[in-house]
Amino acid sequence: MKLTMASSPHNHSHKTLSRLMLTVIAACIPGILVQSYFFGPGTLFQLVLALLTVSLSEAAMMKLRGRPVWPTLSDGSAWLTAVLLAVSIPPLAPWWVTVIGCVFAIVIVKQLYGGLGFNLFNPAMAAYVLLLISFPVQMTSWTPIMEIQATPLSALDQLALIFTEQTLSGAPLAEARQVIDGTTSATPLDHVKTAVSQNLTVSEATNSIAFGEYAGQGWQWVNLAYLLGGLYLLKTKVINWHIPVAFIVTLAVCSGLGYALSPATQAGTLFHLLSGATMLGAFFIATDPVSASTTNRGRLIYGALIGLLVYLIRHFGGYPDAVAFAVLIMNMAVPLIDYYTQPRTYGHGASS
Amino acid sequence: METLLEQIEHGKLWQFPGGIHPPEQKSVSNQASIGRIPLPDYLVLPLKQHIGANGQLLVNKGDSVRKGQPLTRPGANWSLPVHAPTSGVISDIKPMPSAHPSALPELSIVLTPDGEDKWCELNPVADYTQLDKQALIDIIHHAGIAGMGGAGFPTYVKADSAKHKPVEFLVVNGVECEPYITADDLLMREHAEQIVQGIEIMQHLLNPQYVLVGIETNKPEAIQAMTAAAAHNDKILVRGLPVKYPSGGEKQLIQVLTSKEVPSGGIPADVGVLVQNVGTLFAVSEAICKGKPLIERVVTVTGNTIQTPQNVWALLGSEIKHLLTCQGFEPVAEQRVIMGGPMMGFTLPTVRIPVVKTTNCILAPDNQELAVAGPEQACIRCSACADACPQTLLPQQLQWFAKGKEYDKLEEHNLFDCIECGACAYVCPSEIPLVQYYRVAKAEIREQKLEKVKAERAKERFEARKERLEREQEERQNRHKRSARSNTRSTEQSDKVSAAMERVKQKKDSQSAVQAAIERAKAKKSADGTLEPDNSEVALERAKRKEKARQYKAEKDAQATPDMHAGGEGSRKDAVAAAIARAKAKKAAQQDDDTAQSSSDAGTEDPRKAAVAAAIARAKAKKATQQDDDTAQSSSDAGTEDPRKAAVAAAIARAKAKKAAKDTEQPDEAQPVKTDAEPVDPRKAAVAAAIARAKAKKAAKEAEQPDEAQPAEANAEPEDTRKAAVAAAIARAKAKKAAKEAEQPDEAQPVEADAEPEDPRKAAVAAAIARAKAKKAAKEAEQPDEAQPVEADAEPEDPRKAAVAAAIARAKAKKAAKEAKEAEQQADTVTDEADAEPEDPRKAAVAAAIARAKAKKAAKEAEQQADTVTDEADAEPEDPRKAAVAAAIARAKAKKTAKEAEQQADTEQASSAPEQESPANDAPLSAEEKRQAAIKAAVARAKAKKQAAAKDQEGNDLS
Repeated sequence: MKLTMASSPHNHSHKTLSRLMLTVIAACIPGILVQSYFFGPGTLFQLVLALLTVSLSEAAMMKLRGRPVWPTLSDGSAWLTAVLLAVSIPPLAPWWVTVIGCVFAIVIVKQLYGGLGFNLFNPAMAAYVLLLISFPVQMTSWTPIMEIQATPLSALDQLALIFTEQTLSGAPLAEARQVIDGTTSATPLDHVKTAVSQNLTVSEATNSIAFGEYAGQGWQWVNLAYLLGGLYLLKTKVINWHIPVAFIVTLAVCSGLGYALSPATQAGTLFHLLSGATMLGAFFIATDPVSASTTNRGRLIYGALIGLLVYLIRHFGGYPDAVAFAVLIMNMAVPLIDYYTQPRTYGHGASS
Repeated sequence: METLLEQIEHGKLWQFPGGIHPPEQKSVSNQASIGRIPLPDYLVLPLKQHIGANGQLLVNKGDSVRKGQPLTRPGANWSLPVHAPTSGVISDIKPMPSAHPSALPELSIVLTPDGEDKWCELNPVADYTQLDKQALIDIIHHAGIAGMGGAGFPTYVKADSAKHKPVEFLVVNGVECEPYITADDLLMREHAEQIVQGIEIMQHLLNPQYVLVGIETNKPEAIQAMTAAAAHNDKILVRGLPVKYPSGGEKQLIQVLTSKEVPSGGIPADVGVLVQNVGTLFAVSEAICKGKPLIERVVTVTGNTIQTPQNVWALLGSEIKHLLTCQGFEPVAEQRVIMGGPMMGFTLPTVRIPVVKTTNCILAPDNQELAVAGPEQACIRCSACADACPQTLLPQQLQWFAKGKEYDKLEEHNLFDCIECGACAYVCPSEIPLVQYYRVAKAEIREQKLEKVKAERAKERFEARKERLEREQEERQNRHKRSARSNTRSTEQSDKVSAAMERVKQKKDSQSAVQAAIERAKAKKSADGTLEPDNSEVALERAKRKEKARQYKAEKDAQATPDMHAGGEGSRKDAVAAAIARAKAKKAAQQDDDTAQSSSDAGTEDPRKAAVAAAIARAKAKKATQQDDDTAQSSSDAGTEDPRKAAVAAAIARAKAKKAAKDTEQPDEAQPVKTDAEPVDPRKAAVAAAIARAKAKKAAKEAEQPDEAQPAEANAEPEDTRKAAVAAAIARAKAKKAAKEAEQPDEAQPVEADAEPEDPRKAAVAAAIARAKAKKAAKEAEQPDEAQPVEADAEPEDPRKAAVAAAIARAKAKKAAKEAKEAEQQADTVTDEADAEPEDPRKAAVAAAIARAKAKKAAKEAEQQADTVTDEADAEPEDPRKAAVAAAIARAKAKKTAKEAEQQADTEQASSAPEQESPANDAPLSAEEKRQAAIKAAVARAKAKKQAAAKDQEGNDLS
C-alpha cells in the first residue's frame, strides 16, 4: 500500500488567505453602502472600475512573471486594494484617475516589489498619494452629499461625470459640486482648514449647511460604518486590536489636547475621529499586514505614530487629510520597529 | 502577596502565550476501554527505541527467549535494554525500517512468538522504600524504561538527576494535548493506582516538594480517577488545565503549573522541575512492583479509516499493520498513516514499522477530517503564527530567514527555541509548512556548526603545527647563530687559509692537486691492484665514499640509539645526545684525519700496515668516545648549555649518518649522482645530493635498522625546511668536497670552508662535515678493506659487540692517555708560566690549555692523535668540568694544529707558502679565539661523552 507522506502538522485551521481577504472586503461593505447613500452611486461605479482594473493588472503581471494567474488573483489581495482605493477616491473622479491609481498600485507598488508579501508600502495608499499629488483637482473634488446638492445628480449623471467628465445635460463637475447655499462643497476637513486659515474660528466654520453637525454631514456616518466593519474584523480575529486602538487613542489624545489648548483654531476629538479617513485608515489601511509592523509591541508603536502623524499633518500640514501620508511614512519605519520590538522568547531572560 | 508555593498550593495556574484550539477528536477513541489484540506473527524490536545509545546484543539468531527476557545489555551513554515482549525464537537480527519519518533501517531483533507467552523469572520488589535508591534506579534502567510521552529520554537518567540538583516539583504530564490521542487518558482512567504508585516511587527517589499532575479538563474521568488514587498523598496535587494546544509541551506545562520558564537551551532540572509522563510512571510501577520490564504500551489506534478506533495494549515490536488490521482499517485514496498525533506526528512511509517505546498513537485519517495541505501561498506577514506561538517566537520572520538561508538571523531570532509544535503552521492562512522550514533550517545550521567545529579543529591543528615549525625554525636559527658565533673564529681562520689556498690554486692550477690525487690513487691501486689507472680517480672517490658511508653509518647508529633512550626524557636530552653524536662524528673524523695523514705516509710504503694503523686509530677513536662516557655528567651540563646548538649538530649528524648509510648501501647509485652533480653547480649538486641521499637513506635505513633511525629521520625531514636546508648544506659541502677530493683530497676541508663565505654558519657546518668526510675519504683511500669490518663492529645493531669493542677501545684509550700524560707533563712545564698569572684566571687557563694542547699535539702527532684528544677526559677525572674544558680546549687546538699541519702540507704541495695561514694558525691565538675554540671543543667532547655513555647504556639495556 502506498502511503502519502506529509510534514506535520497534519491539520489546519482552514483560515485561508482568500478567506482572510474576503472577510476584510466584506467588512468594508457597511462603509461602502453608507458612502453610496450619502454621496451617490459614484462610489460603486468607481469600485467596479477599480476591481476590473486591478484584476487585469494583476493577471497581466502574473502572465509577465510566468506564474499561474488564478491562484494569485483568487487570494483576494488585489481586490482588497481595489476596494480601499475606490472608497478613497472622490466618487465622481474621472475614470482614468481610478485606472491610473489601480495600475500603479498593482504593477508598481505590489508586483514590481515581488508580489504579495513583498511590497514595502500599502498599495492602495501609495496609489492614493500618487493620484493626490498628480491630480490634485480631481482628487479633492468631493461633491456635497446628495441632500444638499444644488442640482441633484442621477445615477446616470454620475456615471456620465465619471466617464465623460460632464453630466448628461452637459454640466461640468464644478457645477455639480454646488451646494444649495451656493458654495462649492469641500470635505469637512478641508472646509475647517480653509476656514481657520481665513481667521475664522472652528465653530464658525462648522456652522454651515454644508457642514452639518459633529464631523460633517455624511462623513461621520461613513466613519461609523467603517468602525462597525472594523469591529467585525476584530471580532473575527482577522486583525489585532493593537494598530487601530493605538491609532485612534493617539489621535483622540492629540486632538483633545489641541482642542483644550486652542478651541478656536482646533477641531475637537470627535471631529477628528469621525472625519476624513480616520476609521477606514485605522481598521482597514493601517492594519494591512504586509506593510504594517508584525510584533504586537511594534503594532502599538506603529499605530500610535500613524495617529500622531495624522493629527500633525491635519493640523499643521498642507493637506486636509493625512492617513495616506502617515501610513506610507510609517511603512518605511516598519523594519526598524520590528527589529526593536521582538518579543522575549520563552526561556530567554525569564523573570521568575 | 502569596509565595509561589502557596499559589501552587491554592491551585493557581498560569498561562502560556499563544496556543491554538484544534478540533480535539478525543471522543473517537476514548469510548472503549484499552483492548487486547492477538499476538502478531512476528515482532520487530529495534535496538534503539529512545534517545541514547544502543544496548549490546545478548542473544543470537535462533535463540529461544522467554517473555521479559533482556535481549540487549545497556552500556554507557544513556543506553537502554530491550526485552522480549513475548516468548519465542529469535528468527533474525538485521536492519529493519525504523519508527522514524525516514524509516531508515536500524538494527532490529526479529522475534517469532511461540504463542506460549511464558514469562521469564520476575523479581518484584515488595517494598521499594527498603531498597537503596541506586538499586531502584538500576531496576528502572534495566527495565528499559524511556519517556513514553514522545521524546524517549531514558527515565533512569532523570531519576538519577536528583543527585545533582534538588527537584522542587515533580510534574506529571497527563495533559495529552494532541488531538485524537487518548492513550494517557485511558491509562489514567484504568490504572490510576499504578500511576500513583509510580509517582510515589519517583517521590521516594527525588523527594520533591510537590508532585503536580497536569491533566487537561477535557479528560474529566482521568482527573477524577487520578484525584481518587492520589487522595492519600497530600503532596500529589492533581490539576485540571484549560484545554489549549500545546499545554502538554514540557516547557508549557511547567509554565502553566509553576510559572517557571526553562531557560533556553536548558532542561527542566535547571528550574528545579522534573517532568514525567503518566505512561512512564506506570512503567516504573510495573518494573519495581511487578518486576516487569517495558514490553508493551498503550497505543491509540484512531482515525476515520479505522472501524473500531480504540486504545490497545500493543507489544513493543508489533507492526503498525498488525494494529491497523486488528482494529479494522479501510484505507482511502492518498491514505496517510501518522505515528503520533495530527500536530506533531509523522507520516509513515510503510505500515511495516514496529511499535516502539515512544509510539502513543497510530492515526489513520481520511482526507476530510484532516485536510491535505493546500499549496503554499505568499506570506502576508499577518503574524497569526506569532500569536499562536507558545514560545513567543516570530515564526513569520523565521520563515523569511529560513527561505533566505540567513542562518545568523535565524539564530538571532531563537530558531532553536522552536519546539516544532506546529501551532504556527496550523494557523497560517497561506498554508506555509513553517515547521518543515524550521526543521530543515535547524538541520542545516547543525550541519554547518559541525563543519565549523571541524574546520576550527583543523585550523587549530594547522596553527599549532605552524607555530611548532616556527619555533623549531627559530631554535634552529638560534642554534646556528650560536654555533656560528663559536665557529666564526676558527672558520674565519680556515676561511682565510682556504681563501689563500684557493687563490693559490687559482693562480697556479690544479696540477699539483691532480698529481696528489693520482698519487693517492696509485697508492690505492697498489694496495688492491684491481683498479684501472684511468678509473683511479673515480674509484678512489668511490672508495672514499664507501668508507665515509661506513663511518657515518656507525655515527648514525650511535646517534640513533641515544635518541631512543633519551626520547622520553625530553628534547634537551635528545638534543644533547644528538650533539654527542655529532661531536663523536667530528672527533672521529678528525682522528681519522690524523690517521689518514700518518697512514698516507705509511700507505705508500706498506698499505697493509697503514690499514691496520688506521683501523686501530678508528677503534681508538670510538673507544675514546666511550671513555668520554665516564665524564658524561659534566658533558651533559655542557650539552644542556646549548641545546640548540646540539640540536643543529644533531641534525647534521643525522644527515651525515643518513648519507653514510646510503653510501654504504648503494654506493653505486649515490656516487654517479654525486659525481654528476659536482661539476655543475655546488648548490644544484647539493640539492640533488640531498634528494638522492634522502632516498638512499631511507632505503639504507630500512635495510639497516628499520625500527630505530628511519621513522625519526623520515619524519624529521619533511617537517622542517631548516633541517632540510642544513642537510642540503651538508650535501653541498659533500658534493664540493667530493669534487675537490677528486682533485686534491687532502686540501678538501679548508677549501670548503671557504667555498661558502656568504653564510658563515652554513659554511662552518658544512666545513665541519666536509672535513670529516674528507678525512674519512682519505683514510678509506688507504685502507678500504680493513676499515669496513672495524666499522661494522661499531654499529650498535649488535650492542654487545659494540660494548666489547668499546671496552677494547677504552683500554687502548687508557694506554694512550698514559702516553698523553707524559706529553702533558711536558705541556705543564710550558703552562707553568701561564699559571703564574693569577690576575686573569681565564686567560691563564686558556693559555695553559693552549700550552697543554700544543704539548699534546706534539705527543699526539708522535703517537696517534685520536687518542690524545679523548684521553684527556680520562686523564683528569677529579674535576670533570674544568678538566673537560681544558681538555676540550686542548683538543680543539690539537685538531686545529692537525688541520693546520694538513693545510700546510697541502699548501706546500700546491707549492705556495702564503704567510697568512701559518701565522694565523701557529701564532698564539687571540684570547677570544681561544675561548671560542675551547668552548666548542668542550661541547664537542661533552657530546662525545654523552653519546658514548648512551652507547654503553644501550649495551647494558639490551644485555
